[in-house]
Amino acid sequence: MAARFIQKILKQLGFQAATESTSLAGATLKAKVNTTPAATRGYASGVRKVTLIPGDGIGPEISAAVQKIFTAANVPIEWEAVDVTPVRGPDGKFGIPQAAIDSVNTNKIGLKGPLMTPVGKGHRSLNLALRKEFNLYANVRPCRSLEGYKTLYDDVDVVTIRENTEGEYSGIEHEIVDGVVQSIKLITEEASMRVADYAFQYAKNNNRKKVTVVHKANIMRMSDGLFLRCVRDTAKKYPEIQFEERYLDTVCLNMVQNPGKYDVLVMPNLYGDILSDMCAGLVGGLGLTPSGNMGLNGALFESVHGTAPDIAGKDLANPTALLLSAVMMLRHMELNSHADKIERAAFETIKEGKYLTGDLGGKAKCSEFTNEICAKL
Amino acid sequence: MSILAKTLGRTFFQETYSANRTTCTLVPGDGVGPELVYSLQEVFKAANVPVDFEAFFLSEINPVLSAKLEDVVASIRKNKVCIKGILATPDYSNEGELQTLNMKLRTELDLYANVVHVRSLPGVKTRHDNIDTVIIREQTEGEYSALEHESVPGIVECLKIVTAKKSMRIAKFAFDYATKNNRKKVTAVHKANIMKLGDGLFLKSCEKVSKLYPRIELDKMIVDNTTMQMVSNPNQFDVMVTPNLYGAIVDNLASGLVGGAGVVAGASYSADAVVFEPGARHIFAQAVGKNVANPTAMLMCGTKMLRHINLPTYSEVIQNAINQVLKDGKIRTKDLGGQSTTQDFTRAIIANLH
Repeated sequence: MAARFIQKILKQLGFQAATESTSLAGATLKAKVNTTPAATRGYASGVRKVTLIPGDGIGPEISAAVQKIFTAANVPIEWEAVDVTPVRGPDGKFGIPQAAIDSVNTNKIGLKGPLMTPVGKGHRSLNLALRKEFNLYANVRPCRSLEGYKTLYDDVDVVTIRENTEGEYSGIEHEIVDGVVQSIKLITEEASMRVADYAFQYAKNNNRKKVTVVHKANIMRMSDGLFLRCVRDTAKKYPEIQFEERYLDTVCLNMVQNPGKYDVLVMPNLYGDILSDMCAGLVGGLGLTPSGNMGLNGALFESVHGTAPDIAGKDLANPTALLLSAVMMLRHMELNSHADKIERAAFETIKEGKYLTGDLGGKAKCSEFTNEICAKL
Repeated sequence: MSILAKTLGRTFFQETYSANRTTCTLVPGDGVGPELVYSLQEVFKAANVPVDFEAFFLSEINPVLSAKLEDVVASIRKNKVCIKGILATPDYSNEGELQTLNMKLRTELDLYANVVHVRSLPGVKTRHDNIDTVIIREQTEGEYSALEHESVPGIVECLKIVTAKKSMRIAKFAFDYATKNNRKKVTAVHKANIMKLGDGLFLKSCEKVSKLYPRIELDKMIVDNTTMQMVSNPNQFDVMVTPNLYGAIVDNLASGLVGGAGVVAGASYSADAVVFEPGARHIFAQAVGKNVANPTAMLMCGTKMLRHINLPTYSEVIQNAINQVLKDGKIRTKDLGGQSTTQDFTRAIIANLH
């Protein structure tokens, strides 16, 4: 018993048992560099641990920016940075190191920068592995027009909630005969109810007025019909929240004409993928929109933009998306006052327009932008 | 003087060739369809267009009054041209049928290519300017295959079918269209990173066909990125070719960018018939009988049809009138920020026919 306890502590400190592969040990050792020593960890004081996956390309820079802002704001969070560089598993395939998976599983909450999925055979998609591990069933993407960054669309304030485990992305496909392919879109009652319930719960917790279900049940009468029915049934449990049903094409048409028509949108996988990116386009692109993934075993917050290898390491990247994702994470952890404080400082900085990064038409460096936010806290 | 000459010429033309009139099938559709079609007929009458309509009320939500699908199909087969409003598609079917009436009509006539030319209109102020994109959509397979079943209660499978034959056919149509209309680039919209086989086959077919058209560039874009690019920088698109569902998405999105469903016309092609119908498919049920719908899209379906049956002069006269009224901006329907009625708008068009 005692031996096991000591082993556990040793493991937390980053010392791996000798039997583990060297690459695994390397991953944890690297991870240890960024974290505070275990001795200072105190759950009693309410400090909670969060797994941090800095990611590739500009990932480390923007993660550092977020860490700096969180420190300046005295957020009671302790980061546990893990490296997810793929290692060869026992089956010969490359995948996420076990240490990262363990960290995510213990902490139940994570923040992730952009990851580059290596091209080539034998690599499991890292995003997919994380999604499976956490059982991430709902993807939440709030899109809001930022004051100070003018786009053609004003007053956008929509939240897309996307079913994330099935639908068109079930991955079940086959070629029946040469030149005839059948892809299966899978809709289950369980997953549909789960995401529907999450959507209404989200609307309630975040003081939203309306939930719109986006579907194509006029064409896919059974599958989208099932999804629609599940959301309808759930809506009855939340009489305080307005509910409406809209066809996917109608939403596309109206969204670009008058985005103010929509509030919270809930939909199957593919439609969510498309609409969330489109809404991001309305407010200025993926560099400004946060994203959260809710799961049965935890939640993962991430920026959904690319790794931008061309500007990596040059202190030019815009950390807004990751920062706002981190703010979402704070709200999820019910650290609302910290979340509000940081969000306000970030919005203020963008509104003033003195320290904007290149993608927003400014000339500031990532560090200058970060410092300005820290100063405003 | 020129007006007089034109009118005289037209009367002369009409009298000489009075036997040479074209018959066109007319399906008013649901929602505001009948009102829009009425506007079109008024304009055609005023312009002395030598076209006779063979009207059928076809409707899925109103089965009692609906004509038989076979009759409509026979009429379109015979006339080879049709003007059609939008048919409403309910979420359920009384007979538990999965295929909608729209799908049946398209399958029956093999209307495989839907072409929607989305263009910024004169005098219609929107967020983006100078949009000029053609969206070509495969519409006989893909997600609209109506093959679904409930394997066990609570678990539904919906099949999306992609075939090499139909993918090649639509790709060829798109490249032919680009060649004929002096376009430079065809963008294939897909999601082959996720649906590796299905959308992969579509993409492969486009690549294969593009090799035969060395002067036209093939660009590939993932559907979610396409929608994001479209709302931020729509001018980068030239011709787009898409599978069924993505086409519906892009059509509507693009229509929204230039003024909405009331101003974009489209056409569905089979090997030997064409059905002209509004580009974004909405029945606008809440406006029925209120005299507020915008007939522009339907009138433009009419002008496209006239061009197709080789009556370019009539087509031009009507199109010029539409452009003039839109440019003047005095008579505007509600969707474009005005207060005028459908009738006012139609009258203004007629007053501008010269």
